Amino acid sequence: MSANERIDELVKGNDVVLFMKGTPLFPQCGFSSKAVAILDHLNVEFASVDVLQDMEIRQGIKEYSDWPTIPQLYVKGEFLGGSDIMMEMYEAGELQELVEEHGLAKAG
Amino acid sequence: MGMAADEIEGMIKAAFPDATVEITDLAGDNNHFAARVVSSAFAGMPRVKQHKAVYDALGGRMGGVLHALQLTTAVPE
Repeated sequence: MSANERIDELVKGNDVVLFMKGTPLFPQCGFSSKAVAILDHLNVEFASVDVLQDMEIRQGIKEYSDWPTIPQLYVKGEFLGGSDIMMEMYEAGELQELVEEHGLAKAG
Repeated sequence: MGMAADEIEGMIKAAFPDATVEITDLAGDNNHFAARVVSSAFAGMPRVKQHKAVYDALGGRMGGVLHALQLTTAVPE
């Protein structure tokens, strides 16, 4: 499977997936850390992919979305943006709307 | 190797002549910047496209020599 196919599977197989540096518990970059903090704050259930563990995905994800940086958030198969866009959307209340609209919050 | 703040501002202004560009050196190390770009060119564009347009203006440096640029875009009020 090519990197592109693997990424496509991750993006389409998860309602919310964050491509990041490190893990949600141990983010390895301030931007990834911020992205995780926003998702946690909104109680969103999400999958994460540590690009530092996979050079093919680390490079491939930038081509997949035509976006030069990591983290990258995908919701329902669509590229939403990086941590700055997540913050802007959070501050505008748009991210909260998205979570409610798609029922992305953790159960319970 | 980072980029100087005025270099970043110059490249953004070249692509968006009407833009107001504020660059903040977040850590005082010439390597972690925040940029706020306000331009009428962003009107009607989704956020992803707005940010992408700024990244394009930086000609591939984003994610390369320019690792840490915290970006905010807006349309003039």
